[in-house]
Amino acid sequence: MRWVTIKSLRAVLTMWLVVTFVFFVLRLSGDPTDVLLPDDIDQATRDFYRTLWGLDAPLWDQYVSYLRGLAHGDFGISFRNNQDAFQLVRDRVPKTALLGGTAIAIALLLGVPLGVLAALYRDSWLDRTVMGLAVFGFSMPNFFLGILLILIFSLQLRWLPSSGSGTWWHLIMPALTLGTGFAAQIARYTRSSMIDVLSKPYMRTARSKGAGPARRVGLHALPNASVPVVTILGLKVGEMLGWAVVTETVFAWPGIGRLLTNAVATRDLAVVQCIMIVLAFTMVSANVIVDLVYGWLDPRVRVGAGARQR
Amino acid sequence: MSVIDRPLAARRRWRIPGGVPLVVALAMGFMALMFVVMIFAQLIQPYAFEHIDLMNRMTPPLPLEGADWRHPLGTDKLGRDLFSRLLIGAQTSMLLALLGTCIGAVLGIALGFFAAHRGGLLDEAIMTLVDFQAAMPWFIIALAILAFMGNSMLIFILIMGLYGWEAYARVTRGLVLGAREQGYALAVRGLGAKPRWIYLRHVLPNISGPLLVQLTINFPNTILFETSLSFLGLGIRPPMTSLGQMLGEGRDYLINAWWLAVIPGAVIFFTTLSMSVLGDWLRARLDPSLEN
Amino acid sequence: MSVILQARGLTKSYQSRRGGLLRRPRRFFAVEGVDLTLAQGETLGIVGESGCGKSTLAKLLLGLIEADGGSVRIGGEDSLNVSDAQWRGLRRRMQMVYQDAAGALDPRLRVRAQVEEPLRIHGLPPEAAADALRAVGLSGALAGRYPHEMSGGQLQRVVIARALALGPELLVLDEPVSALDVSIQAQIVNLLEDLQRDRGLSYVFVSHDLGVVRHISDRIAVMYLGRIVEEAPRGTFYAGPLHPYSRALLDAVPRPDPARRRETAARIGDPPNPASPPTGCRFHPRCPFAADICKTEPPALRDFGGRRAACHRAEEIG
Ligand SMILES: Nc1ncnc2c1ncn2[C@@H]1O[C@H](COP(=O)(O)OP(=O)(O)OP(=O)(O)O)[C@@H](O)[C@H]1O
Ligand code: SF4
Ligand SMILES: [Mg+2]
Repeated sequence: MRWVTIKSLRAVLTMWLVVTFVFFVLRLSGDPTDVLLPDDIDQATRDFYRTLWGLDAPLWDQYVSYLRGLAHGDFGISFRNNQDAFQLVRDRVPKTALLGGTAIAIALLLGVPLGVLAALYRDSWLDRTVMGLAVFGFSMPNFFLGILLILIFSLQLRWLPSSGSGTWWHLIMPALTLGTGFAAQIARYTRSSMIDVLSKPYMRTARSKGAGPARRVGLHALPNASVPVVTILGLKVGEMLGWAVVTETVFAWPGIGRLLTNAVATRDLAVVQCIMIVLAFTMVSANVIVDLVYGWLDPRVRVGAGARQR
Repeated sequence: MSVIDRPLAARRRWRIPGGVPLVVALAMGFMALMFVVMIFAQLIQPYAFEHIDLMNRMTPPLPLEGADWRHPLGTDKLGRDLFSRLLIGAQTSMLLALLGTCIGAVLGIALGFFAAHRGGLLDEAIMTLVDFQAAMPWFIIALAILAFMGNSMLIFILIMGLYGWEAYARVTRGLVLGAREQGYALAVRGLGAKPRWIYLRHVLPNISGPLLVQLTINFPNTILFETSLSFLGLGIRPPMTSLGQMLGEGRDYLINAWWLAVIPGAVIFFTTLSMSVLGDWLRARLDPSLEN
Repeated sequence: MSVILQARGLTKSYQSRRGGLLRRPRRFFAVEGVDLTLAQGETLGIVGESGCGKSTLAKLLLGLIEADGGSVRIGGEDSLNVSDAQWRGLRRRMQMVYQDAAGALDPRLRVRAQVEEPLRIHGLPPEAAADALRAVGLSGALAGRYPHEMSGGQLQRVVIARALALGPELLVLDEPVSALDVSIQAQIVNLLEDLQRDRGLSYVFVSHDLGVVRHISDRIAVMYLGRIVEEAPRGTFYAGPLHPYSRALLDAVPRPDPARRRETAARIGDPPNPASPPTGCRFHPRCPFAADICKTEPPALRDFGGRRAACHRAEEIG
């Protein structure tokens, strides 16, 4: 399983790079005490906080102890309310996971069947309509779609709540907002991938062996067509996290994204740092998982494991 | 993966004279308009975009009841003319996206060329950097950088420039390696040409098509990048304005002045839509294998 | 007659596959220890099966790829160990003509611009291009076309014109007619002969087709798995080659009687993988004359009075 090892090592290296990048960018952007403490505070108090937060040590020592902390799961203390930063973030994870998971489900449930239909009825009005909608779908800025949904379904029709997360009703609009763009992209990739697969010789073999259309598509074409779609899905996780921040802000959805915008507004260094590391971790793991799934769906990639796919 | 994507725009339906599909012609028209606005916004605007008129606050846009002919798109909470603000906001967003795209393109293309030309360790280093850039949640990192480094235009532009460069580098490297192995590049070398000559006169012109397509993919993404950050209050901040910043501001008045958010939002949407349509069309035209 | 081209011990090896973390890459010789001499105004035909290293040798002769060992002298001057600037300057003396003419031309440039290009590269007045185009029979409107607007034969004429523009003494032609229809092949070969007569050119003419080579060459060299196994003047070669491989090749030349052709093809079999050549004489697994010594001792290229052959049993067979 050398292949898995190499992938994992790359992931660890990427994580280290992100963690380091985050540390230096945030540390080099100025003295947090300037931002956090009132201007007229006396030097003794300032020094007290600097020592408390470990800001008086040389940058290199700070970096080392930061890395050591991370290794032990210590992400620092929120400057704002003295809570464990990781604790704060962890409390928000389920909400974001719920939102993201629903959005992915919507994207797959909408995108895959539509893409398959478009491919099967290639060049028909159905294909044209679906692909036309797809262009609309992925050109639509997320925040704009959210605002349109709020205007129509909350303010005009009064069917759905415009913010918060109490009930399932609250989930509908944010998940749709986040999922639509990805549904559009998945529909496009599924279509092109299906068309690719449908033209392969083994599909003709399946037909000549008397397999019915449903069987041909479900058992032969779809699994093969799903390989590139899965890859795309994994590569889009990072993009999705970015959009999740925007969506959560639009709908006041109390997930990580909202925590991030609040922490950013209040310059809560430890929390921002922790969120970025958690998100980077999510993204890097998603890439590893996709690589593994990809290798499982298509054993050929494992052969060239040492060489990067370019 | 071979993308046998045959996009909507490429179809032989409603074409204007000259053979360009109607949708594409509309998209071209809209982008032309946006570029005119980008260059001439200051000349077109009826009022200074930051001009405050407290006597005329929150007037609705034209077809609506209570609209004012002097403010065709209405005014905001401070009585500033929305049309003028829209022009300047669009100008800012377009300029930033263009600048960001160009920086990213130049950086990525140069590094891609370099990686392909030098090969070996340098190639490995650049491609590793590309992989890392692709594996980082850049939008979120940008958010944090902007929050902590403050309201600096230079940093904002740099961040936008760094967004998406890796796609250019990857594409360019692949294309250069491909084009360089083409018979004509080797043949021209055999005529006694220096690498510079081969790259500038043969490789670059022959890969410019796919690079242009990459540009049309990157440009709308960069617009979304800028408008999203500004929407969150982190990119362009008052007193300056951009489409995203206007939308973010307008969001607070959804209940009684929906147009404050919807109008700039629609402009962003039509811009990205137009670029996507143009990109699909270009791609289909440049790659004849997509046509049959 | 003065010697224009002289190669000694030319060698080039490639990696047979990418090495992994644990796998060591294997090297094999695409061209090994090749000696060649070409006189001014002469044509040397190089023949051999696909993959035997003909194209590699052609590029080595021109210095288009770096040799692992050996030397090439053009008009008495070393042409391999030179600076980049000198290397570029040498392009004015020797040029290549490619099998894939369409691929050797930039699809975005008009024909005239492509023929003028070598002159521009060397800072020479581009007028000579018109002369070169006329010499290959492409004048007037044809020169204003793009490559995709021309036929295969016309494209090959463009490539030849471009090579001629610099006024070289030596042309290395790598399968210049293999991609063309038979009727067009004759036209191009005739054109090459005319050009040689008018301009005193020297040719290295690479082909896998002994029929074409016979028409144009003064001498023939046969390659097998990277080595020259026989070299002889045209007349003696076609009258009766010394090396069993040359015989097999000659037997395989298309004849009216298809039954005999198939029989020959079956007898000679498929070439071995160049990445793992047989021991001893590399031809021994396919050779009808192979003896025990052939399996262990590689035969040297020996002189037989005006011709050379690398076979232990050349005396008995010839
Ligand atoms: N750049 C390269 N890297 C690795 N191997 C190579 C390279 N170029 C050629 N080879 C190998 O060297 C051997 C000789 O190749 P070459 O192209 O010289 O043969 P050829 O006689 O011209 O064949 P053909 O008739 O097919 O043109 C072949 O086995 C080929 O696979
Ligand atoms: S040396 Fe032996 S095997 Fe090789 S060609 Fe001569 S007879 Fe055949
Ligand atoms: Mg060859």
